Amino acid sequence: MKLELRGITKRFGSLVANDHIDLTVEAGEIHCLLGENGAGKSTLMNVLYGLYQADEGEVLLDDEVQHFAGPGDAMAAGIGMVHQHFMLIPVFTVAENVMLGHESTKAGGILDLASARAKVREISDRFGFDVDPDALVDDLPVGVQQRVEIIKALSRDARVLVFDEPTAVLTPQETDELMGIMRQLKESGTSIVFITHKLREVREVADRITVIRLGKVVGEASPTASNAELASLMVGRAVELTVHKDEPNLGEAALVVEGLTVIDPIGQLVVNDVSFTVRRGEILAVAGVQGNGQTELTEALLGLQPRITGSIAIDGIELSSASPRRILDAGVGFVPEDRNEDGLVGEFTITENLMLDRSNGAPFVRAGNIQRAALEQFAREKVSEFDVRTQGIDSKVRQLSGGNQQKVVLARELSRDLRLLVAAQPTRGVDVGSIEFIHKRIVETRDSGVPVVVVSTELDEVAALADRIMVMYRGRIVGIVPGDTPREVLGLMMAGEVPTEGAAA
Amino acid sequence: MSTTVQQTPASDVPALATTVVTSWKAPIAFAAFTLIALLLAVFAPREGETGFRLSEAKDVIQITTITTPAMPTLWVVIVLLALATAYSVFIVASKRRVPLWLIVVFAVLFMVGFLTWAAAGATIPVVGLLFGSLSLAVPLIFGSLSGVLSERVGVINIAIEGQLLAGAFTAAVVASITGQPIAGLFAAMVAGMLVSFVLAAFSIKYFVDQVIVGVVLNVLVLGLTSFFYSQVLVPNAAQLNTPPRFDRLPIPVLSEIPIIGPVLFRQTLVVYLMYVAVALVYIGLFHTKWGLRLRAVGEHPQAADTVGIKVNRTRFWNVALAGAIAGLGGTFFTIGSGIAFNKEMTAGAGFIALAAVIFGQWDPIKATFAALLFGFASNLQNTLAVIGSPVPSEFMLMLPYVVTIFAVAGLVGKVRGPAAAGKPYIKS
Amino acid sequence: MSDPREPASGGADSREPDADVAIEEPGSVAATSTTTTTTAAARAAAPEVEPPSRWHTMLHQIATGNAIISVLAVILALIVGAIMIAFTDENVQKASVYFFARPGDTVVAVWQSVSGAYTALFQGSVYNFNRDTFAAGIRPLTETLTFATPLIAGGLGVGLAFRVGMFNIGGRGQMLIAASVAGWIGFGFDLPWGLHMLVALIGGLLGGALWAGIAGLLKARTGAHEVIVTIMLNYVAFYLVSWMLRTPGLLQAPGSSNPKTPAMKETAIFPALLGPQYNLHFGFILVVGATVLVWWILSRSSLGFKFRAVGENPNAARVAGINVKSMYVYAMLIAGALLGLAGVSQVLGTVTTGFTAGIDAGIGFDAITVALLGRSTPWGIFVAGILFGAFKAGGFSMQAAEGVPVEIVLVVQSLIVLFIAAPPLVRTIFRLPDPSRAAKRPRPIVTKEVKAK
Repeated sequence: MKLELRGITKRFGSLVANDHIDLTVEAGEIHCLLGENGAGKSTLMNVLYGLYQADEGEVLLDDEVQHFAGPGDAMAAGIGMVHQHFMLIPVFTVAENVMLGHESTKAGGILDLASARAKVREISDRFGFDVDPDALVDDLPVGVQQRVEIIKALSRDARVLVFDEPTAVLTPQETDELMGIMRQLKESGTSIVFITHKLREVREVADRITVIRLGKVVGEASPTASNAELASLMVGRAVELTVHKDEPNLGEAALVVEGLTVIDPIGQLVVNDVSFTVRRGEILAVAGVQGNGQTELTEALLGLQPRITGSIAIDGIELSSASPRRILDAGVGFVPEDRNEDGLVGEFTITENLMLDRSNGAPFVRAGNIQRAALEQFAREKVSEFDVRTQGIDSKVRQLSGGNQQKVVLARELSRDLRLLVAAQPTRGVDVGSIEFIHKRIVETRDSGVPVVVVSTELDEVAALADRIMVMYRGRIVGIVPGDTPREVLGLMMAGEVPTEGAAA
Repeated sequence: MSTTVQQTPASDVPALATTVVTSWKAPIAFAAFTLIALLLAVFAPREGETGFRLSEAKDVIQITTITTPAMPTLWVVIVLLALATAYSVFIVASKRRVPLWLIVVFAVLFMVGFLTWAAAGATIPVVGLLFGSLSLAVPLIFGSLSGVLSERVGVINIAIEGQLLAGAFTAAVVASITGQPIAGLFAAMVAGMLVSFVLAAFSIKYFVDQVIVGVVLNVLVLGLTSFFYSQVLVPNAAQLNTPPRFDRLPIPVLSEIPIIGPVLFRQTLVVYLMYVAVALVYIGLFHTKWGLRLRAVGEHPQAADTVGIKVNRTRFWNVALAGAIAGLGGTFFTIGSGIAFNKEMTAGAGFIALAAVIFGQWDPIKATFAALLFGFASNLQNTLAVIGSPVPSEFMLMLPYVVTIFAVAGLVGKVRGPAAAGKPYIKS
Repeated sequence: MSDPREPASGGADSREPDADVAIEEPGSVAATSTTTTTTAAARAAAPEVEPPSRWHTMLHQIATGNAIISVLAVILALIVGAIMIAFTDENVQKASVYFFARPGDTVVAVWQSVSGAYTALFQGSVYNFNRDTFAAGIRPLTETLTFATPLIAGGLGVGLAFRVGMFNIGGRGQMLIAASVAGWIGFGFDLPWGLHMLVALIGGLLGGALWAGIAGLLKARTGAHEVIVTIMLNYVAFYLVSWMLRTPGLLQAPGSSNPKTPAMKETAIFPALLGPQYNLHFGFILVVGATVLVWWILSRSSLGFKFRAVGENPNAARVAGINVKSMYVYAMLIAGALLGLAGVSQVLGTVTTGFTAGIDAGIGFDAITVALLGRSTPWGIFVAGILFGAFKAGGFSMQAAEGVPVEIVLVVQSLIVLFIAAPPLVRTIFRLPDPSRAAKRPRPIVTKEVKAK
């Protein structure tokens, strides 16, 4: 089926998310939609899928104009979507998830689960998926959940399939398998729109590439284009992918973690017997596919995980059983993975957020009273020092852009006397300008003699910052390797394969 | 730096290692209740025998009354309770979870011991006790079904109390005017549905916090019914507030089964409707298209939306249905019992129903049992008051609420409701 | 103030003084140098908006802001109340029988019933023009303040809990326990004047605080939802107090078989503020003090900062080293003490002749509506409490004078809260302009849960 988008425009208030976008996907073609986070790719696909109504423009399938009032219409017209955040109901079985919305029923409205199971098996066999129709989705690994999403779309005879950032949660191996599936689908005549910001994947699988930036189509490219060409199209300038940093000036061991195990509420060892050391003036990057224990590891370092065993010591002080308060007071700075959830109070002003983790005692509190003058003075200094773009220090943090929000977090954490900085996904959802700024500040922190732990799922970021790289898989350390370790090796390690030598870097 | 990698296939890696998270809540609670029983036996011993009368005079099949000496029975029960406690300690110490059956056995044992002690020197009419329990549970069961439906579709329903009250009021007025209790029944459903419309409109369309709307709606319905009661019903009581009542309809054969028959099958239409409602909600929720969509909307509205289910419309109509069911439950207070409407006559039944929803973990069957438990506690107080109980009636009346506090505090394990309950679904 | 357009002064990153660079043409970007355009993307994403004139802003805020919505909500609710009064009025019903013959009669009857009721409401709550002297005429206003006293205290208790993200529906139980403790000290002990009152007051506040503290503790320790626990504790408290009231030696008056306490001793009673001819008592001063205290806690203190952080985003608060569980407990203790103040002012100020299990008089629930109307800010609650106090005072005189059941007040109050909670509805009814930031994502008032850990 041929898909055509003509002049799609979608505005949210004063923000134009899609600005007259044109896109044509021929039948049986894999068309990549390439763009940075926030470029407007997902908005465009949500318009296509009927989740949003376009302010202007039209969608055509096989040259016929379509009017989608909701996803139901889009699906009926043959459009399927594999969402970035899976649209599966965790407490339902695979068969229930697949049948939801187009249930076949027996007499009296009773669900016909048998036919749904048969459908799942049939599609699953056709593509070699090996999915049990009666498994609860919650119990399935993410890779399999994604296949359930694909089955869901195919069970409705989708002939245009949209994959929205499908590889974010996959290991490199699972990613390769997904590429295979896409080619298989293409063979069978399905048109595919593949949304991503990862250049390598694009070059591997795409027939055609459209690049979007700031809500506009900025160009088309062929898969033979080089990484640098694609990247410059994507971000609007030549990208310097590495941060300038000098050789580390290593001091003594500062953070010593030994035999750390974190147990989640249902008893899984999400971090399993992890030991490592970070020296003063060193950046240790923790790499790995999302969900392999990195989040829990950083939370354990901050005293946010209730069930841990093992030892965490900073400059010889044991902190494994300390409260977050004591750990912060001991000089640990923390940039959490999800700043909106864990790092900032959206309804608070910038000023208030800047005192968030110093709500007791000096310098902002005396005798239970907030020292407003001192606090405002501090806020003004930090807003200017960290180049936070805002109407003023009394703006609510919720109103700032992602990059500026992250600068507020960083300003707060770096303005304390640190003995350790833990930064989880420090540049996720942050514009390119801010990324550079944030990376620079992290390297400066290292150079001032503070040990730094950076957790990132982006290999680019790991490569840019790391003095050493620690790869995690299923809660365990696969290996700790030098900062210049080749990508291919890291990729295999992220899939759990242990390097035979060179691990003792 | 040369780094080679062992080529082991990734799929061979086993799932995450696990360990068992143990909880000492159950053993501690068991020990506490065993201690209570022990304290009763030591410091408040009661002499005499306790009778349990199992059939009524008019029954076809008569069963002899069981009589048992109070104190020896209590001591036997205490020993059993202590054993159960020890077993639970053993289970937890060996890193396993206390099974549900042990909790149920423990509860039944404790209740037997307590009843024997409390009714020493008298006879407990078991059939009457259970019959009354069921009757008192009727509005609670309807209310909790309403809560289950509403919360399963993603809207917290604190307004059950208001729906019951609106149902009771409307049923009384319409049945009085028409002289037909059945007309009152339908009117009550409409009234409950109207309350739900407000809940749905404010929480779904205007995104007002659902708990707040619910609380305010209760006040609104209380104010409205009380106002119209004083202003309209009192001056015209004969025409507007003398509702006829539903007759008892014994079901042939079934009503003659010992114990069960008189309790379950000599009831009014409202009670039989309740049986049907429980069954329909259970089957509907878990085995039909309607239920699948309803639960999908309550668990993950966005996912439901992406497969073409209209989230807000589904919520709206199911909340309305929930209101109709609660309104039906409200009829128990007036036409179900042949009593004239009075101000505030639901007296917190809606909140107990809400407790039953949570206690029953959002499952219609479990919630029904929880409601029955609460009905039992209330009626136990009535029964004990008649035979002269050593426990002040207020403490018996308190029991459902205390039990609920224990329940939500985690005695029965972590209670997990529908994931999206309470959250408005806001597109873009 | 740091205007975004001003160049950053000093600091580590004054590297781009001319940040107002337009976005490059797509074609030329690859060739552009890396220095000047780093934040062009960020800038374009948040387009500059010309600030409107101050007057325009002010008018816009008045038309779209909270204040006008609140006023219109009150008006709307009163209109609904008027319809109910008119609809159920006997004269209106009689006149409506021959409506098509003489419609004027119906209109007159409606006007008489509604204006009569609302005049009585006004004269019962603000100023009674039928009295000869100012001292007598102003008496209704003092009654309003008397009724407002426990409403404000309770509203503060509910509102404070709201700000910490908790919904305290347990006002009734907390008031009952507080009233029992204070009453027991008030009638059962012999202490000197002043000290007696103080001890009773403190006892009551502690009682309320501890009762609410149970809910806070259970939420902190087990995650039990405070809405359920506080509702349940209301009933537990009610039956507990009922039992004590009918048990000789506990709260029951000696020689009586009624479930009622003896009268408070003179030494424990709150003194009258304006002399014995008015009911207004010292409790009102305490409530003003409580309002100031809550304002200080929420706006100026470190504790309040932590409260608000927990209320807005418990996860971020926890990560920032704030002990979320302790905050839940402290907040419920303070909220309970405030509702305790409401209970104490009932037994030591308003009903000093001995109390029953109905001493809470529904204030625990009214407090929720007061807190919502006052939008959980201390002074908002103060004003809302006085408004609802006026409704109560006026409601009783309306019932006495016009025979309109006092429950109409419940209806009006709950409608006010509903309308205020849904500004778009009020705007639609009055055809007001929608503020640019449409109320699509209202700020949730309560119940954010911490991630289960």
